[in-house]
Amino acid sequence: MTDKILMVHGSGGEATGELIREVFGRAFGYDPSAPLEDAAVVEGAAGLAVTTDSFVVTPLIFAGGDIGRLSVCGTVNDLLMRGARPAYLTAGFILEEGLSVEVLSQVAASMAETAREAGIRIVTGDTKVVEGRGGLYINTAGIGLIDAGEALPSAAGAREGDVIIVSGTLGDHHAAILGERLGIRTASRSDNAPLTDMVGRLKAAGIACHALRDITRGGLATVLKELAEASAKTFVIREEAVPVTPAVRDFCGLMGLDPLYMGNEGKLAAVVAAEEADRALALIRASRYGQDAAIIGEVRGGEPGTLLLTTAIGGLRRLDILQGEGLPRIC
Amino acid sequence: MTEDAVREYLARYDGPELRLMEVCGSHTAAIAKNGISDMLSPRIRLISGPGCPVCVTPTAYIDRLISLAETPGCAVVTFGDLLRVPGGRGTLQEASGRGGDVRMVYSPFDALVMAEKEPSVTFIMAAVGFETTTPLYALMMEDILEKKLTNLKLLTALKTMPAVIEHLLENGAAVDGFLAPGHVAVVTGSGIFRPLAEKWQMPFAVAGFDGMSLLRAIYVLARARGRGEVFNLYPQVVTEEGSTVAQALTARYFEPGPALWRGLGVVPASGRLLKAELAAYDAGSDGLNDDSGTNEACCCGSVLAGRMSPPDCPLFGRVCTPLTPQGACMVSAEGSCHTYYSYHRR
Repeated sequence: MTDKILMVHGSGGEATGELIREVFGRAFGYDPSAPLEDAAVVEGAAGLAVTTDSFVVTPLIFAGGDIGRLSVCGTVNDLLMRGARPAYLTAGFILEEGLSVEVLSQVAASMAETAREAGIRIVTGDTKVVEGRGGLYINTAGIGLIDAGEALPSAAGAREGDVIIVSGTLGDHHAAILGERLGIRTASRSDNAPLTDMVGRLKAAGIACHALRDITRGGLATVLKELAEASAKTFVIREEAVPVTPAVRDFCGLMGLDPLYMGNEGKLAAVVAAEEADRALALIRASRYGQDAAIIGEVRGGEPGTLLLTTAIGGLRRLDILQGEGLPRIC
Repeated sequence: MTEDAVREYLARYDGPELRLMEVCGSHTAAIAKNGISDMLSPRIRLISGPGCPVCVTPTAYIDRLISLAETPGCAVVTFGDLLRVPGGRGTLQEASGRGGDVRMVYSPFDALVMAEKEPSVTFIMAAVGFETTTPLYALMMEDILEKKLTNLKLLTALKTMPAVIEHLLENGAAVDGFLAPGHVAVVTGSGIFRPLAEKWQMPFAVAGFDGMSLLRAIYVLARARGRGEVFNLYPQVVTEEGSTVAQALTARYFEPGPALWRGLGVVPASGRLLKAELAAYDAGSDGLNDDSGTNEACCCGSVLAGRMSPPDCPLFGRVCTPLTPQGACMVSAEGSCHTYYSYHRR
């Protein structure tokens, strides 16, 4: 097989077959003797959760992860947040001509490994080749299984008196990607991770999260503001309690960004009953990727749809969803 | 003074009404982020001044950039926050959509790389900033001369702080003290504010950017009301004389000249223009003194002069939001209106 992706790899003929065998077949381990069917037939459950997401990140490989790992984690985490067990994943690849096959193989291997870790099976896929400059885009769709009679978290589920937990430090993914793009050296590494173990432990211990969200684009403030609005409650969080690494704090200071609005790919916010908060926190901390989890605030009655931050010096600040893109400042 | 005592004093202050102005966009944002306004007695008012370089840039400058971007063979190089600033003829972003050549960069030195790679294109660097940014453009000028590049020019809107503070005071600004800009003071030194403090008999506190150092600065200003003193509360990075290296770099390539500040008019010697012998590297910066053509109800000018608080503008939060900015103050993350809107600052 050639070193670079060529337009012929999208022909549907021999070269396409070779690409699928050599790159995806090798990574995802399908049986070459089994017929290639038009659709995968899989087992179901009482309820199904379905979600899809597309991944267009550059660079394709970055500190702490790559587009392949990201494309599995993003979809797996969305299923988990709805209370489903991740079961099946589809993967659509759009390859730009000139893409290095070595990079593609690395990305595919990373997807396979992440899927194994996350407990999801990649059951079907598609490949297209387009003209371009060697880029790679991935779409994944995920199916999760929901057992009969399970209490599911919901955006509107927060109740007065509930406690808000975040599963770890904020902004690491955003800082890692932006740093690489701008050529700024930072110690930040992407946090892209499947939260299967974390959510699984909560579920196994019988903790019913009233609301559960992964903290992706828009950051913690955007996620909590949306939950406060959906549940018509006031959320109050403490600035000092929000975990942020020194590397991200410095990066934000330099770029004029705010960790509360930075994107993450392996963090969640959980709203749980106050009496279960300590146990939930201990379970999250004991789980993979949860060692820096912290209780950061609580849900109050108050004005519906409000998110308040008590600042480190004792001030009070009202937080909104992210406005615009947060462009780096000039002075 | 302990931190608690500072907080207590500022919350319970019942002396004569105090009006303190911050003249740095990063301070404006830090005050909002830390929720400081609500921690102060109602008798202490914080007023935002002309501390955002993009915001004080007149529409004629944006219009000139737009016409350069639309000139065949020319490309405008700019930081992101200038893209959406409305001039009299729309924004650079709109010009780019119409086919104008606008390149966004994160460092002015990216322009040098572009100019070397594409010798047939004339690149115009949109050089906007205060004392903190001007030394970067001086370094860029040094590289242009060293590499003998003839296809990279500057369109400057560079300004300096002390001159505009003097102008505000001469025009009767009702202010009892200044939170002096910390980043600017790194370059200029805190001493640059001494003549102003002495002449106008009011305190200047050079402050850092975390919440507690801002509270301390406000406390110091309240205690020193009516005294012509400068307090350096950011001694980790600010000295009395500042960075002589950066000052010398600026002086090598730039000279003082008049500059138009949105809302304040032309302030003599408050600008920095390329020296006359470098005229070949200037893309027509002098005399861009028209500042009309934006939404007529926009009060950016009054906001920048400290005469109006952003929420008092009739457009604020109604037709003018960060997604539909009518004036520059709602565009830049350092702009007063953007900050008041985003953080619900009062």
